Amino acid sequence: MPFINYASHEINCKIVYYGPGLCGKTTNLQYIFAKTNPALKGKMISLETETERTLFFDFLPLALGQIKGFKARFHLYTVPGQVFYDASRRLILRGVDGVVFVADSQAERYEANLESLENLRENLEQHGYDLDHMPYVVQYNKRDLPTAVDLDFLRANLNPTNVPDYEAVATTGHNVFPTLKAIARQVVEDLKKR
Amino acid sequence: MKNQLVLHKEEYEKLSAICNSLQRGTYAKAVFLIDKDGQLLASSGETQDLDVTSLASLTAGNIAATGGLAELLGEKEFVIQSNEGEHENVNISIVPPRAILLIIFDRRSNLGLVRLRVRSASQEMTKVLEEALQKPEDQGKAAFSDFTDDDIDLIFGENV
Repeated sequence: MPFINYASHEINCKIVYYGPGLCGKTTNLQYIFAKTNPALKGKMISLETETERTLFFDFLPLALGQIKGFKARFHLYTVPGQVFYDASRRLILRGVDGVVFVADSQAERYEANLESLENLRENLEQHGYDLDHMPYVVQYNKRDLPTAVDLDFLRANLNPTNVPDYEAVATTGHNVFPTLKAIARQVVEDLKKR
Repeated sequence: MKNQLVLHKEEYEKLSAICNSLQRGTYAKAVFLIDKDGQLLASSGETQDLDVTSLASLTAGNIAATGGLAELLGEKEFVIQSNEGEHENVNISIVPPRAILLIIFDRRSNLGLVRLRVRSASQEMTKVLEEALQKPEDQGKAAFSDFTDDDIDLIFGENV
């Protein structure tokens, strides 16, 4: 659940972008950072390897607006997608309020998507979360690539519970903000229900 | 799932007062109390030139990583860390039940004094945090029960 600070009238929500290696999690955040009004964003932190792969996490704080007199702050995180960084992924999920699963639409990455999704569920369970009962959105990235798999097939296998999902091309920004708005909306609505 | 921490004015003022007292008592440059999820709870000192949002997130990430390391080695956690810089130093300690105390100090202070004062300040902070966690959760819920879709739309406005 989001952190509520009555003293400073802030609601702080943590959103984590999850997915297999090189699926576009960091690209999503970079696009959001590039296009957001400077007054509404903080510095983007990227803890990365020498070859610019995410090593620990990317972090982007956004202060998007107010809701009932409370400043709504969204802290966006990405996890490192490469398989051997599982311990780090588990740590980053601590305190998560909403998850965006970024799937790589390329045919050759289909198995990696499935493994990452299963990994997400397992890591959430270790923190006491249930993916089926929390704010969750799926993004099918790289829809522009020639080997992109048919959307209906991806949807059937990566989104069997029919959460809100979006086709995207993170490098151009297509549907990056709609994805963010959808998860942010779910997080705030979840706050209302609790 | 753990209890949600909701910070009301009363607890915030108590934690800020402890931070102020600790900052003065250690001659530290700045004192930050950070939730393990990466949220800043209270601070004191020369904070205006610092990106405190990033600082809180990185500190929590640091503690999460070293916590993972401790677990691998069979330790419960590493409760204190110190980092020495060219001009400034950092002392990071865990404040039960779920916070991190970060102290930035330079040659106006020293590690021994910082560690000495941190011990008693941590105990006071723990009491306040435990009080905050024990407060009924519905004190937080009531304010948000009447959010409308229009209210939620307003968050995004034209600037995103």
